Amino acid sequence: MAGAGPASLPPTAPAPVRRARRGKKIAPYLLGMPAGLWLVIFFLVPLVTMLSLSLQTCDPLTLACTLTWRWGRFGDVFSAHTTQFARSFTYAGAATVVDLVVSFPLVYWIAFRARRKSVFLMLLLVPFFVSYVIRTILWQFLLSDNGILLGSLKAAHLLPERFHVLDTGFAVVAGLAYSYFPFAALPMYVALERIDRGVIEAAFDLYAHRPTMLRRVVLPLALPGIFAAVLLTFVPASGDYVNATLLGGTGSTMIGNVIQNEFLVFSDYPSASALSAILMGIMLVGNFV
Amino acid sequence: MGHEPIPHVDPALIRGLTEPRYSRRRFLQNAGMAVGGLSLASILAACGTKGIETASNGSGGPNAGLGTPEWWGQQQLHDELRFANWAYYIDTAHGEHPSLVQFTQDTGIEVNYSEAVNDNISFFSKIRPDLQQGNDIGYDLIVSTDNDPPISQMVKLGWGIPLDQSRMTNYYAHSSKQIRDPSFDPGNAFTMGWQSGYTCMAYNSKYIQEPITSLQSLFDPKYAGKIGMMGIASEIGSIGLLAIGKDPVTATPDDWQLAADKLAAQRPMVRSYYDASYLRALKNEDIWITMAWSGDIFYAATYQGYDTLQVVMPEEGVMFWTDYMMIPYTAKNPLDAMTYMDSVFDPQVAAQIADYVGYVCPVPEAQEIIRTELDDPVVADSPTVFPTPAIEAITHHYPSWSDPAVVTGWNETFVPIFEG
Amino acid sequence: MRDLLAGEIPPTRVRRRRRRLGLPIYVGLVIAYLLVPIAVMILYSFNGSNAHLPTVTFKLQGFTTQWYRTWNKVPGLTPAFYLSLRLAVSSALTAAVLGTLLALALVRYRFRGKGLTEQILFMNIAAPEIVLGAALLGFFITLNLPKGFWTLFIAHVMFSIAYVTVTVRARLIGFDRAIEEAAQDLGATPWVTFRKVTLPLIFPAVLAGALLAFALSIDDFVTSNFVSGTTATFPLWVWGAVKVGIPPQVFVLGTMIFFVGIGFAVANLILRSRKDRAAKAPVR
Repeated sequence: MAGAGPASLPPTAPAPVRRARRGKKIAPYLLGMPAGLWLVIFFLVPLVTMLSLSLQTCDPLTLACTLTWRWGRFGDVFSAHTTQFARSFTYAGAATVVDLVVSFPLVYWIAFRARRKSVFLMLLLVPFFVSYVIRTILWQFLLSDNGILLGSLKAAHLLPERFHVLDTGFAVVAGLAYSYFPFAALPMYVALERIDRGVIEAAFDLYAHRPTMLRRVVLPLALPGIFAAVLLTFVPASGDYVNATLLGGTGSTMIGNVIQNEFLVFSDYPSASALSAILMGIMLVGNFV
Repeated sequence: MGHEPIPHVDPALIRGLTEPRYSRRRFLQNAGMAVGGLSLASILAACGTKGIETASNGSGGPNAGLGTPEWWGQQQLHDELRFANWAYYIDTAHGEHPSLVQFTQDTGIEVNYSEAVNDNISFFSKIRPDLQQGNDIGYDLIVSTDNDPPISQMVKLGWGIPLDQSRMTNYYAHSSKQIRDPSFDPGNAFTMGWQSGYTCMAYNSKYIQEPITSLQSLFDPKYAGKIGMMGIASEIGSIGLLAIGKDPVTATPDDWQLAADKLAAQRPMVRSYYDASYLRALKNEDIWITMAWSGDIFYAATYQGYDTLQVVMPEEGVMFWTDYMMIPYTAKNPLDAMTYMDSVFDPQVAAQIADYVGYVCPVPEAQEIIRTELDDPVVADSPTVFPTPAIEAITHHYPSWSDPAVVTGWNETFVPIFEG
Repeated sequence: MRDLLAGEIPPTRVRRRRRRLGLPIYVGLVIAYLLVPIAVMILYSFNGSNAHLPTVTFKLQGFTTQWYRTWNKVPGLTPAFYLSLRLAVSSALTAAVLGTLLALALVRYRFRGKGLTEQILFMNIAAPEIVLGAALLGFFITLNLPKGFWTLFIAHVMFSIAYVTVTVRARLIGFDRAIEEAAQDLGATPWVTFRKVTLPLIFPAVLAGALLAFALSIDDFVTSNFVSGTTATFPLWVWGAVKVGIPPQVFVLGTMIFFVGIGFAVANLILRSRKDRAAKAPVR
């Protein structure tokens, strides 16, 4: 699988061709170099630095850090925050399921029935031109106890006075589902769009009912898209903290909140890095399993 | 897409299950690289840490040699001042700050005012790495409250420029005793007070008809689900200690644990743990009763029309804090900062600011000015702006945060309550 | 087995007709749900307020366009907004160039490390933003780089490259190289071929990638929060302000960004359909 170079010709090949081939050999490296370097220096190396920071011990006042290879930190930090880890995965999982279920009929319709697909795709993506923070603030605004939505329902006595959605886990999951909706919808759309219509026609020709057709033809063919959708929704959602901060209350803290606090509030870089590394590790393992 | 190599198994399923594929070979390759990278990073880290170490006691610290009378004698005015402060903490009218405009007119110094501080600790952690390296943080004057560790930590680390005592004429002539000579900064060597305030309680009388007088109401099951607490370790711990009848300054770690137990028992009833955002929740009627900062409630009730919000100074006590101004040692315009700091204690200026802000004014003489010249008896008579002896009797202070062990122990006791 | 020759309509056909309505209604509902917060934002950007320091409240107090007129009068908000714009434009352009080059390398050549590059790109897209931000912060701290515009720029380009590469790569895969070969047969050097033939044809994809990078950058909160130090971008400013109450100008700016985004998207649509039609025509 490691890239084989172009096939070698017998040594009697004329010189210009060899020069061109050498040019061709280094061309991909030249093309890919700037981006590759950027990613290596600012993506890979920081990840490794993060791992390294996790193993250091820092003085709480001066923040002088020394590498002490303290592997125990991972265990300490994980056991101190298992609740938040578990909660994050639960919320992210719930949001992913909601997104998948809600978006599947939608993208099915766009892929198979819509006339102007691009327009509908655009409509799908359009809300996400507004800043992420503002969108979440708007949900906080909308879901407020006596705001537009709940206030009018309560005034009409359809809801009890003390009913609240904000500051609960439900609000956080709803916010997560909303924020990551296109990440679920788009990969599924791409996968569905690639399905050869002929296969579906064949299914109908073989007297398949619609549910059967969906279950045994469309769903399996869309599986790569569904996997991608799950990955692109679940992973970012589990590290999210904006929704938990703005929409969550007591007992809704996610691991992202903890990491953010450790970094930006307590300046406990080793613990924060260790938590990030654990989160990344769990994602990688889950991805490749 | 029409071949079936293996009967009964959908090719698409195989495809889906096999991409991306992580082979053993690739794992070994990546593992090898990771080990290499880890060694590289540890070399990096080892190189880096030598630079990070700083002297932690006054002598030889980063501010060594700064702030001496000779040094101040050499400083020039640059006519520019970059000032970072909390939001709603200075007089504002039509998008401008009148006291700052006046200051510019009087001295020619342009003030770049930024409401960058939302929380003491996160602001500190933002400026900390740059201060550690001796970089300019973008501000010449910063404000930090003594209820949280950062201000005492910064003084201890030697990150403030010693003030020019000869230029503190207004300060020593007019400032109140309350803010002078704080325990972390004897003699006001590095800091001068800005405003002070109380951490107390607030409730919405629209929903709570009976008068509230005690911290125990925060623990009353009657209001379960409508109670707000602060997700700030120093605040929630202190209020917890007051609620069990202990003074935060004299409390022992055992007392902390007792307070933490009471707070943990309260958790199911608490709607959420807020920072400055408790005010939003209170205004939106998400919560009916909460821990609060005195000036916020005064301002919301008086100027923003939330007249059902009431401030409560509970009988168990209130916490008194002061915000302090400090010049970071990497400031570019120290003399301009120094000039501004002292100007704030002119009674006229202090009156102008306190009239708007609604927090405890550091200049007692401003009270009469507000009452007569600014014609605002509401503010002049407000006990949350000019404390009365009755309030001073129930005022408590925060523990000293100079000892890192105290900070760590306190955090470990109280942070899990709101982070859990 | 139904006897179709007898003219019977199988029940599946009838069911299909009824379901024709159900799905579109569902689609409409979902899209409406997605747009509800946006509608609220636009609505409240016109909401009047008598307060001394106006912040967004629930009560609808009358229609006003004053926030639009005073859109740049909130201290701190306007500089943050301009900074976000500068950051988004510069990082989008940089990421577009770097990402396109990388996509070309990945699609047209086989080289050692290609598989690894694909892995890295995938990991970049899939990694939680908090890990990206935290790792970068740790990296900048270790190297004691002062945080500000340039650290933000570095971070934004970093997470945008992968998205641009994926977008351009999708287009390149379906690209018919016959056109390029035809150009070279007519004597064009590889560079001229690239400039006059390839680039115009993949331009819609590059533009789409750049737009995506722009949107990601102007929107970014988590990574920026970690590496910005004391610099404020628009989302960071809003985050700080929401604790005490956001001024209505935030909604004004949000609405403006929204409509600009729609404008770009529509323009992109039109451009793409025109290019598609042009591309389809000559090649048989």
